[in-house]
Amino acid sequence: MMTHVPPFRLPSGGRLIDRAFQVPFRFDGRHLRGLTGDTLASALLANGQMLMGRSFKYHRPRGPLASGAEEPNALFGLGQGGRFEPNQRATTTALANGMVMRSQNCWPSLDADVGSVNNWLAPFLPAGFYYKTFIHPRPFWKHVFEPIIRRSAGLGRAPTDPDPDRYEQAYGFADTVVVGGGIAGLTAARDAADKGGTVLVLEQTANWGGRTPTDHDGGQAAIDALLADLRGRDNVTLRRNTMATGLYDHGYLIAREALADHDPNAGLPRQRLWRIRAGHVITATGALERPLSFACNDVPGVMLASAARDFIADYGVAPGRRIVVVTNNDDAYRTALTALAAGLEVPAIIDARPQATGDLPDAARQAGITVLTGSAIAKVKGTRHVESVVICDQSGDGKPTQTIECDAVAMSGGWSPVVHLWSHCGGKLIWDDAQAMFRPDADRPPLGADGTGNVTVVGSANGDLRCAGDLERTEGATEPVWVMPAKAPYKLRAKMWLDFQNDVKVTDVELAAREGYASVEHTKRYTTLGMATDQGKLSNINGLAVLSGALNQPIQATGTTTFRPPYTPLTLATIAAEAKGDAFQPLRKTPMHDWHEKHGASWEPVGHWRRAYAYLRGTEDRHAAVHREIMAVRNGVGTLDASTLGKIIVKGPDAGRFMDMLYTNMMSTLAVGKCRYGLMCSENGFLMDDGVVARLSDDTWLCHTTTGGADRIHGHMEDWLQCEWWDWKVYTANVTEEYAQIAVAGPKARELLDRLPGSIDFSQDALPFMTWAEGDIAGIPARVFRISFSGELSYEIAVPASRGPELWEQLHNSGHDLNITPYGTEAMHIMRAEKGFIMIGDETDGTVIPQDLGLDWAISKKKADYIGKRAQRRSHMTDGNRWKLVGLESLDDNVLPDGAYAVDEGVNANGQRRVQGRVTSSYQSPTLGKPIAMGLVRHGPARMGQVLDFPMPSGEVMQARIVDPVFFDKEGGRLNG
Amino acid sequence: MLTLTCPYCGISAEETELHPGGEAHLTRVGPGGSDEEFEDYLFARKNPKGVNFERWRHAYGCGKWFLAARCTATLQVFGTYKAQNAHPPAEIVEAIRQARPDWNPDWTTE
Repeated sequence: MMTHVPPFRLPSGGRLIDRAFQVPFRFDGRHLRGLTGDTLASALLANGQMLMGRSFKYHRPRGPLASGAEEPNALFGLGQGGRFEPNQRATTTALANGMVMRSQNCWPSLDADVGSVNNWLAPFLPAGFYYKTFIHPRPFWKHVFEPIIRRSAGLGRAPTDPDPDRYEQAYGFADTVVVGGGIAGLTAARDAADKGGTVLVLEQTANWGGRTPTDHDGGQAAIDALLADLRGRDNVTLRRNTMATGLYDHGYLIAREALADHDPNAGLPRQRLWRIRAGHVITATGALERPLSFACNDVPGVMLASAARDFIADYGVAPGRRIVVVTNNDDAYRTALTALAAGLEVPAIIDARPQATGDLPDAARQAGITVLTGSAIAKVKGTRHVESVVICDQSGDGKPTQTIECDAVAMSGGWSPVVHLWSHCGGKLIWDDAQAMFRPDADRPPLGADGTGNVTVVGSANGDLRCAGDLERTEGATEPVWVMPAKAPYKLRAKMWLDFQNDVKVTDVELAAREGYASVEHTKRYTTLGMATDQGKLSNINGLAVLSGALNQPIQATGTTTFRPPYTPLTLATIAAEAKGDAFQPLRKTPMHDWHEKHGASWEPVGHWRRAYAYLRGTEDRHAAVHREIMAVRNGVGTLDASTLGKIIVKGPDAGRFMDMLYTNMMSTLAVGKCRYGLMCSENGFLMDDGVVARLSDDTWLCHTTTGGADRIHGHMEDWLQCEWWDWKVYTANVTEEYAQIAVAGPKARELLDRLPGSIDFSQDALPFMTWAEGDIAGIPARVFRISFSGELSYEIAVPASRGPELWEQLHNSGHDLNITPYGTEAMHIMRAEKGFIMIGDETDGTVIPQDLGLDWAISKKKADYIGKRAQRRSHMTDGNRWKLVGLESLDDNVLPDGAYAVDEGVNANGQRRVQGRVTSSYQSPTLGKPIAMGLVRHGPARMGQVLDFPMPSGEVMQARIVDPVFFDKEGGRLNG
Repeated sequence: MLTLTCPYCGISAEETELHPGGEAHLTRVGPGGSDEEFEDYLFARKNPKGVNFERWRHAYGCGKWFLAARCTATLQVFGTYKAQNAHPPAEIVEAIRQARPDWNPDWTTE
């Protein structure tokens, strides 16, 4: 195969690439080749593709600005189908075989983008344009402006298919976690390891060393020596490709490890989210170079000096053939020297400082490079790529002194320490005037649980740019340059980009300041400075320096915006990891679940439980099945799986006293062997749960709760026992899952149960309504409660959970001729409503007290106290105008909608129709052959027979008559039978 | 995300294992209380910036409620102790004083 050398690949160099292995990929349909070790950005640059994106607002052509995570421009849609991902950074994504990438925010193509018309409109689209323009006429916002703006908003497209890759989460623990695998981090890791304790080192890229191997002779050797040392230690773990994205309370650190990005056949999860508890965190996160603000600093070919150096030294790629360097510090001279050594031209170094002395400037001059001090770039010429730069004096207003032809500009505005992790959890910053940077204030670190600092910061992350160990050196001072040239007129300032992705310019920030946005947080939101996917990594310091200038105050008085996690975006898939599909949350199944499944159960989620809503037979729909089940119970016998009902044991010498506090009724007087329906209120007086209580023995009560309430009510009991009445001798135990419970209901329930062998007498005399008995049924130990939620003769039978299916089968095998029918939760709901029984969550919603529901009979008048008693004495709870429970009967044959409001005369202060009641439960009753409903109505029980109006959303009005809420068997003959 | 040590089982538990329960050391107002007293008990909370006493339940652990003394501004934990205390015990008070010399208890013990 012929070796194809792309036009901008240098003949030698590139410490991270392997020239032996070519990697084919596709970019906007074109077939290109890169090398193993390339990033997408270096591979595209090697192919001469400098144009990599369009800016968000003005659609200006953009090339890569950086070589790392701070890149604002070179974002692509990557992959296909379910693996498609928008906004992937070309500078941090490793090139993989056959990769398919697509440019974003342009149409019809990157080269010919119609949206770039916005660029010509730029003078009319300043900061706050949308706020000022689209406010009138009012109705236009919703119907015209918003839909248009929504269509043009957003960067990249969301994928439409499910992600086929696997993601996982893991917990990590270490005495010391070092974030950053450069020379400062590795040195700190070695020192921490020397002291003992476990050390975990996280490096965001695939390569150790940070900038040191690129920037310093002997740098790679120093890194290799440190790595060899660390690898030989048992207490040190090194993890590459792991980005620490956020630091939270008490040393909780989140990191994302890329295990098999773009390699679906590796047999590994694609990414792993680490949730790490760190005893101590050392941030060695380095520093980011700042752009300089000169006119047209966004033309493709203008990039950070460090990025230009990286592309040449790390990837053997020329960012241009003729590179002008512009700087306010010594470090950028390295780029000039690196470029020269790679055989590229460097026509000039433009240094804004009045003089440049020291080793690096001297070396540049000795190499024959022209150094223009006190100089500035007035303007970059070229639209789709750099053609030349116009030079001027830094101190002046941009009057040209000369023009230099070039095809790339390497700029450096100094360095900003990466202080994100330090700041996430409360670490404070100070402004370092000498170095023109915010750096961590060692006296005000993030604090751990013990109140002492739990984060330290080392190396350039701490503002120490001298490198470390034997490589330590000093350089000439950085001179802050926030606008270039210093007295640039408006016309130039309006072309100086601060935030490249969101198109925020120097003049936008100045405008915000003029309009009164003095707070940096407000300016950020008004101009969108730093709000793009790069979160202002390059723009923030320059932006707030310009704001400070406009407000005529020192930078420290302006301060920074808040640094919030994540440092770089996390995919939602990593955050969700395995918690999806069946593993999204635990599913609770009753012992009879499989039987229900086999017999046509149509499931209903109730909390984490699955309950059968109805059992469908043949082609039946849910409605028909529910109707059939109810008729079977009312005329024969049915079984309900009631295992999900909460079952809590309350036991001890003070259990009776405690029960009297928990329930509104008197439970201490309940005789052994008897059952009583009870209500539980919150301390605020509202009804929170109900259920039947059985007294099992002298010192033991069994409390049934609602299905959803079991855990909550058990927690409520424990709260009062542990925190208020801790001297009372009471134990509680939640035994909900210990028992399978089956309700056998219907006029033929006794006949069925009598057929099973056993020791329990089911007769009316032996086991009357609201009693319970213990014994065995068909050889299974059982407790039988004669209670009824259906209004029928009913027995609820509790057996050990493992014996539940056996009893269920026995019942069904014995009752064919009685038409025994399993019934689901909907049949249960309707039958209880026919009887006027309330349902927690239907008749109650957290604002309803038992007195509203006509349950005064269940509230003890004799007890001095119970939870909620004091609250129920407040004036608004004893108010006679409270809405009270009634039955509602439609005047036509239609079922009232659940939640419908009954209107009253007149309107309230807001001009809304007054209301006087609402529907809480509403069904078509198969038993009665007509619709029934319950509701809460003002003075309801005193208004029997009156008709209420229920307006529907359609404008039509439904009418219903107030009736008794008990629709069926008012005398209770059936359940007492 | 906080870590607190459960004083019953001794485990240093992460916040996901715990359930918060609001202000500690409330005195219950029962049927004898006035409307004002009851309102104060049920709704009025101190919500300080600084030293705070609060209830936590080791919900996904031993199930016990316990109390924590904590700084709401710095998240420093001065100590955790059993719920069966009408006031923070002496060693907790001492630990707070060590860290916050200007702080004074707002309760009196007989």
